[in-house]
Amino acid sequence: MDQLSSADTETPEEAAPATDDAREAVLAEFTARLGEGVLGSHIRVGDDLWIRVERAHWLEAAEVAQSMGYRFFDFLSAIDWLPSPFGRDMDAQEDLVVAGTPAKEPEAMVQGYAGGDTRFQLLARLYSISAGMGITFKCDLPDDDLTAPTWSNVFAGANWHEREAREMFGFSFDGHPNMINMYLPVDFVGNPLRKDFPLLARRVRPWPGIVDVEPMPGVADEEGEGE
Amino acid sequence: MTAVSDPQSVAALVAEANDNRVNLDFETEGMTLNMGPQHPATHGTLRIIARLDGEQVISAEPMCGYMHRGYEKLTEVRTYPQINALINRIDWLGSFANEVPFILAAEKLMDVEAPPRAQWIRTILFEMSRVANISLFLGDFGLQLGGMTAGFYAFRDREWVLNQIESATGGRFHPNFDRIGGLKDDLPKGWIEESHTAMDKLLAFCDEMEDLLVGNEIFQGRTRGIGVIPAEIALSYGLSGANLRASGVDWDLRRDNCPPGLVYDKADWKVWTHPDGDCFARTWVRLQETREAAKIVKQLLDTIPSGPVMAKVPRIIKVPAGEAYVATENPLGEMGYYVVSKGDLVPFRVKIRSASFNNISVLPWVARGAYVPDLISILGSLYFILGDIDR
Repeated sequence: MDQLSSADTETPEEAAPATDDAREAVLAEFTARLGEGVLGSHIRVGDDLWIRVERAHWLEAAEVAQSMGYRFFDFLSAIDWLPSPFGRDMDAQEDLVVAGTPAKEPEAMVQGYAGGDTRFQLLARLYSISAGMGITFKCDLPDDDLTAPTWSNVFAGANWHEREAREMFGFSFDGHPNMINMYLPVDFVGNPLRKDFPLLARRVRPWPGIVDVEPMPGVADEEGEGE
Repeated sequence: MTAVSDPQSVAALVAEANDNRVNLDFETEGMTLNMGPQHPATHGTLRIIARLDGEQVISAEPMCGYMHRGYEKLTEVRTYPQINALINRIDWLGSFANEVPFILAAEKLMDVEAPPRAQWIRTILFEMSRVANISLFLGDFGLQLGGMTAGFYAFRDREWVLNQIESATGGRFHPNFDRIGGLKDDLPKGWIEESHTAMDKLLAFCDEMEDLLVGNEIFQGRTRGIGVIPAEIALSYGLSGANLRASGVDWDLRRDNCPPGLVYDKADWKVWTHPDGDCFARTWVRLQETREAAKIVKQLLDTIPSGPVMAKVPRIIKVPAGEAYVATENPLGEMGYYVVSKGDLVPFRVKIRSASFNNISVLPWVARGAYVPDLISILGSLYFILGDIDR
């Protein structure tokens, strides 16, 4: 119980090169065991490790990570990389019909760390208590077949997270024991966390902070908003 | 508790329960018991459908979503400072602790570090919200098991902490005090001495609870050996916080993986574990944690450095593109935010990893074979806040 000094070793400025080596080693071991299943990876020195695996190896990735000591299940979710058709950010409120300005051009789809080819990516995180490190896993799901094997037989906690991911993004998980809605009513139509699912409250009534307030001095030109 | 006459698949559940007679020596009637959505033991609106065989639970399935507020979607149309006000409401008993991991994630992406004084005050307020949160658990759990007195004591003494949080931040429950790069304000005059007094009161409260509740024979009878969760199961479900440490796993993010921006290494404290993994162990670990939290606060109060409480950050906050996951040891367990930014005023995606969601997902596993009164002990000792499940 007296490991009071262990917090010191985790601060990046002190141990940055060392932890980097540790993550490189984890990545090398993982890649060696999963073989061709690893499609991409990213390491932020002293902070985190991202690994993108092929969908066919998604389940195997969980098993391999578990046998490597990553036994703590953190979370499982997804990311929809589609640039929002309703605009990029708060500025995009001016895209509304209310403001009368033409909608901005949507940008190209850019996936985050460890790359990606598809709009939807699974996102999951496991943690090793002995190593004091986590791995964030990603997995591409093609648009025409949004299915993945379930993790719930490897990590029991994935059960609920997959139920949430299913209703929020419209995925399905092969072999899931109890695929019923987590939050949404049974007759709910749509998948709320998809980027093309409009947040109606915002569509109907624009955020007052955007409509009423003058642009900040100096920001107006840069943002291209205002007069 | 009433037999259910309500929704979806209840008829099918009843039929199934009738088929599922596990005890063949005594022919008992299968039945479905509906707890909630409004039930004192559910801390809000969680509904549990339990299928019973006599007094024994065959299966218990929590139904969530009565309070789902869609925070993950809402974050996509709010700026970072606005989100800070929103996520206060996730775990409403320890609100300040909700803000910290999100702010730290944004700071990590922006490569900003708060000044030392802000880091100190952050850690102090973080631990104060832990004390406020868990002290209420101790009282509330007693209340659920029939010990009314404990509940009143907890509400009485929690005020000491809430008053301190209020006088520093202006909000009793929803401080919204943390900022990217530091804190909204410095501490008011005389706050440090008052906080010492408050923490002394809470340490006395812990002693009182130990005698009144945890040492109580009836309490121990209702909790010892009930709802045992082995370490492997706990890890696999992603249980964190006191629930995990009560199963003998010596892991605390404050000690083992403390994100930069909090100063837990500047205080001398201890992580408590318990080998049993039952309801009693979970309560006991939380009691010790409240004490440790009060001790951390008292130590840090004496060593607050002087200086500014806010680093230099732009007035309009744009977070550079990138991804970051930052988790801290919140009162309920590991709470983390996976923030994806594309360099805009608003995050592109925020995944909120809340502790209660994982903690309560073990309920179907642990309730199987328990008796109906034990279900209350198990629910209470897993300790969830409904806003933390439904987000």
